[in-house]
Amino acid sequence: MRVEMFTFLVTATIVLAGSLGVVLLRNPVHNALSLIGTLFGVAVLFIAQEAYFLAAIQVIVYAGAIVVLFLFVIMLLGVDKSESLRREPILGQRPAAIVAGVAILGLTLTALLSSAARVTGEQSVLAPLDPAVPDINRLGRVLFTEYIFAFEVTAVLLTIAVVGAVVLIRRAGDPIDLGEFPDGTMGDVLAARAAERNPTIDDAADEEAGLDETADDAAATDDAAATDDAAGGER
Amino acid sequence: MFGLPTQDEPIPFDELPLDDPLLFDEPAGVVIPDIEWSAIAPNLILMLGGILLLTVVSLVRGRTPSWFSAVWTISTAVFAGVTLVPLWQRVQDDGAESVMAGAIGLDGFSLFVTGVMCLSVVLGALLLEGYLRREGLAGPEWYVLLLLSASGGVTMASANDLIVMFIGLEILSVAVYVMAAMHSKRVSSQEAGLKYFVLGAFSSAFLLYGIAMVYGATGTTNLVGIQQFLSETVLTQNGLLLAGFAFMLVGFGFKVGAVPFHNWTPDVYQGAPSPVVAYMASGVKVAGFAGMIRVFVVTFGPTYGADWRPMVYALAMLSLVVGSFGAIVQTDVKRMLAYSSISHGGFILVAVAANSEAGTAAALFYLLVYTFMIAGSFGIVTIMGRTGDGLHALSDYRGLSKARPGLALLFTVFLLAQAGVPFTGGFLAKFYVINSSVSQGQYVLALIAMSAAVVAAFLYLRIVVAMYFDGNTYRGESATLAGPKVRIPAAAGVALGIAVVGTLWLGILPGQMTSVAGDAVAQLVAIGP
Amino acid sequence: MSALLSAVTPLLALDPMLEGDIGFTQVLVVLLKVLVAFGGLLVTVIIFIWFERKVIADMQNRLGPNRAGPFGLLQTVADGLKLILKEDLLPERADKPVFKLAPFLMLIPAFLTFAIVPIAGNFNDGNDGVVTILGQETFMQVADPQIGILLFLAMSSVAIYGVVLAGWSSGSKYPLLGSVRASSQMISYEAALGLSIGSVLLIAGSLSTNAIVAGQAGWQWNLWMTGLVPFVIFLIAGTAELNRPPFDLVEAEQELVGGFHTEYSAFRFAMFFIAEFLNTVTMSAIIVTLFFGGPSGPDFGITGWVSDYVLPFVWFFLKVLVFLFMFVAFRATLPRLRYDQLMDLGWKLLIPLALGWFLVLTVVRVAADEELAAVEVLGVGVLAFLGLLVGGGLLLLSIRASAAKRAAAAAEDAADESEGVR
Repeated sequence: MRVEMFTFLVTATIVLAGSLGVVLLRNPVHNALSLIGTLFGVAVLFIAQEAYFLAAIQVIVYAGAIVVLFLFVIMLLGVDKSESLRREPILGQRPAAIVAGVAILGLTLTALLSSAARVTGEQSVLAPLDPAVPDINRLGRVLFTEYIFAFEVTAVLLTIAVVGAVVLIRRAGDPIDLGEFPDGTMGDVLAARAAERNPTIDDAADEEAGLDETADDAAATDDAAATDDAAGGER
Repeated sequence: MFGLPTQDEPIPFDELPLDDPLLFDEPAGVVIPDIEWSAIAPNLILMLGGILLLTVVSLVRGRTPSWFSAVWTISTAVFAGVTLVPLWQRVQDDGAESVMAGAIGLDGFSLFVTGVMCLSVVLGALLLEGYLRREGLAGPEWYVLLLLSASGGVTMASANDLIVMFIGLEILSVAVYVMAAMHSKRVSSQEAGLKYFVLGAFSSAFLLYGIAMVYGATGTTNLVGIQQFLSETVLTQNGLLLAGFAFMLVGFGFKVGAVPFHNWTPDVYQGAPSPVVAYMASGVKVAGFAGMIRVFVVTFGPTYGADWRPMVYALAMLSLVVGSFGAIVQTDVKRMLAYSSISHGGFILVAVAANSEAGTAAALFYLLVYTFMIAGSFGIVTIMGRTGDGLHALSDYRGLSKARPGLALLFTVFLLAQAGVPFTGGFLAKFYVINSSVSQGQYVLALIAMSAAVVAAFLYLRIVVAMYFDGNTYRGESATLAGPKVRIPAAAGVALGIAVVGTLWLGILPGQMTSVAGDAVAQLVAIGP
Repeated sequence: MSALLSAVTPLLALDPMLEGDIGFTQVLVVLLKVLVAFGGLLVTVIIFIWFERKVIADMQNRLGPNRAGPFGLLQTVADGLKLILKEDLLPERADKPVFKLAPFLMLIPAFLTFAIVPIAGNFNDGNDGVVTILGQETFMQVADPQIGILLFLAMSSVAIYGVVLAGWSSGSKYPLLGSVRASSQMISYEAALGLSIGSVLLIAGSLSTNAIVAGQAGWQWNLWMTGLVPFVIFLIAGTAELNRPPFDLVEAEQELVGGFHTEYSAFRFAMFFIAEFLNTVTMSAIIVTLFFGGPSGPDFGITGWVSDYVLPFVWFFLKVLVFLFMFVAFRATLPRLRYDQLMDLGWKLLIPLALGWFLVLTVVRVAADEELAAVEVLGVGVLAFLGLLVGGGLLLLSIRASAAKRAAAAAEDAADESEGVR
């Protein structure tokens, strides 16, 4: 047996076992560990394809940062308990998922196997790559020539991700149950709630709270942009 | 039939001087592509506008006034729209071309869609202004995400490379996922954001998988390259390519809410903040369809149209039927409009399935009209939701004609336009779509589309009836609107004004815009003989 | 045999020995290098543990270990024997497979990282460190992969798992807290670490450690070629990555008992212990490789095997020793940081600074590539530095602004509370 084949078989086993572990194991931490196994296996496959830089990045970024963050969150949230898989939240979800999964697998395999060993596309590089040039240099060239726009515009994507993360984790008070939909702006609603919590406030204070833009509005809103003049008049 | 294909030839690796591993020592070896900034000016303006806004508000101590971000956003979008004019002129004079090392197609199609995106940003920002004030939410991030998302949409619409298109799609979507979840005081908003995110990420993976397969089958991600390759080469085995079509269609189908990938739409539209839904229904869908048309009609259309058309045909048919009938059983106006947007998606898919120049022009015109109609409708929903953004049941609209006759009239116009009543843009949009379908011999699909329009009209009339007639008999009460008083913020009023003028203008004097849509399609990158 | 190694070659690709056919000699050379490197490493660690204890004892006016062997040199060996013979406890609530796996995840990356460190070889007069062993031309390092220094980053990110999983699998509070701290700390500082390495790569133009060292020959050390800042950042971030004082919040005794390895005993504990010191030695070696020219140094006109093996190794060892002493001195003198100080330092200072400095170096590099005159390059560099200052100022301003906004919101909250009392 050729060495490449041997490497591939061993690695493929690890990759598949890892991905099955992600799906089948019941403890979230074990799932994450299986995922690492898969990612490492893929890194080895990259090396077998002589894509060293990709392999390194695979380990540094995916195994080194992303899955660590998974673990971090799992631990912080304390959800590292085994899940019971008995209950089905949506009836018939599991059989449907299996059918869909098998269908997709079948489609993919048909597509891939029907085209195997036949030229379906033109290869971008026909000659064997020169081993003297590290693939990171090649990647750098492509990124700054052919794919310059894709590369640069990714910055916007990252900016959005940062803004989104910051916005969504910022605590602006718990979601409130509005019950009967109220008159006035959200600022008025919160002012009224604050007044309810504190029965010693008389009506005058309540009125004042409604008009005073700084005090109660921001109790849980983080923003005092309520248009209180109009709302105050409404009362 | 289309414009000339022009494309910078990418330099093959073998011809690059790669002898020295220390490439830094010979900058001459790297062929830096020609970056023509002016060609992507609208996109750049939207991008920089968003990032500058973020920078400015983070540098200012204390809060910026709430109007500041809205004015900034609107002027950015208008400025971006203005820069379209010289570019349009250039494209009409010199023909379409691909810029940025072949990654971006500068053509009429992308400019038209960019204009529509700018329009939906303006409408979204106008609606957001009063909404954020009313709901007591912090401001600038909404506008930042709106602008950046629009830049993603523009990137997607003008992408001439599958990777760029994917990144554009992600920029567009990730921002909208966040915006859907940003109403921090409503649990349903967060639920909507999460649902949208999980399903959206899933569908993006499908799209990416499809891109990988198409790359495997054709050896390039560049749309011009793919198109040329497919027109010059006969594949002995095209299974990989066809599977790529299927996966990409799933990805795009999700973005545009086509049945059977539509299930997120009603839930997300119901839970997400209403102005965001206005943008989601207009801007995001426009970009999604633009990407779909560019990939399927422009790139694969000439060579493999016969292979993907049945798939789009089925999607269109299902969307029309499910969208129209699904809407009837709803009692929530936001969900109704969600289903109606699915059915509109079906109409546009009919135009896509036509796989012709006329079909693409019809789709563009439909998208423009649709932006006015749907942004206007959700503008009214935004106002009618009142504080808490939760009064969206059909019964909450009872008696609106007495309480706010103007608002009821505007809503009626938007609904009638959506139903396709003559003298509104909706009529002509539907007419062009069906016309393009019939001219390609898709009689059955055209018939289904027309029947679906009739069924959908029932839904719109239900809302109109609720607003005008039901109030008198509602539980024996007098004809007053239940719930708190309806207030119309000035900015939202402007948005509604723009929307209604647009809807009626396109219905009464459509000639100008139809010719623009026609010109847009006449100048497309990547169309071979 | 040759077929077997062809799968391994990618990792060792740049070594001249492995470019041709691979036969018995080549395998023998590789095995020899592995044995020497790792055997030497282990011995170094044993001596380093003694060294650390002795130096700290001196600084604290104590004697330190002085019983086992001459000057207490065998103390570490005695400790190791004790740990091997102790009972191996497995906590009841531990997640057993993960508990057993964790120490290996610490130890193996610590060993592997050392594989890319060149420890000898002549780098003077345009030589690139090639030596001849058993008639084979090769480098004096176990492997010189294309990804070179990235292997170090990859291994240090794998090592995080050792800490995290050890803490989690123990099934007890303190280890868990320790591991949560560890994961956030190591991820935070890995970014600064990577960015400062970026500056070195910009100067070296290659990821290969051999090329990095060769580029520094003739006193062109990256220490000053990169303008000192990346080195300082690397040193701080490296110390944090090692979880050594003053960044040892992971195992802060006063707060967390023993941190992530509280529940470990016997040889499993010994593995953590060895891994920690191994990492310190390896980190010093990497610092020397990146910034201090590795084994290169003056050869006093001597040629032959002395200039190939002995002198470079002596230079290398002396340089490493400086940093080992520095790490020990950190431990003896610096108080531990508070958690918020740790995060502030990492995110608000080191990462922006490393990134900004990288940009400055890039600008200078581009100016040099454009073949501008030296004065112009200097001018461009100064301009870029001013740009960095402006950027830093803006960053500071926005941090202040957001702090002010937070304070205002807190004051409003407080006013709200007091109103409630009224």
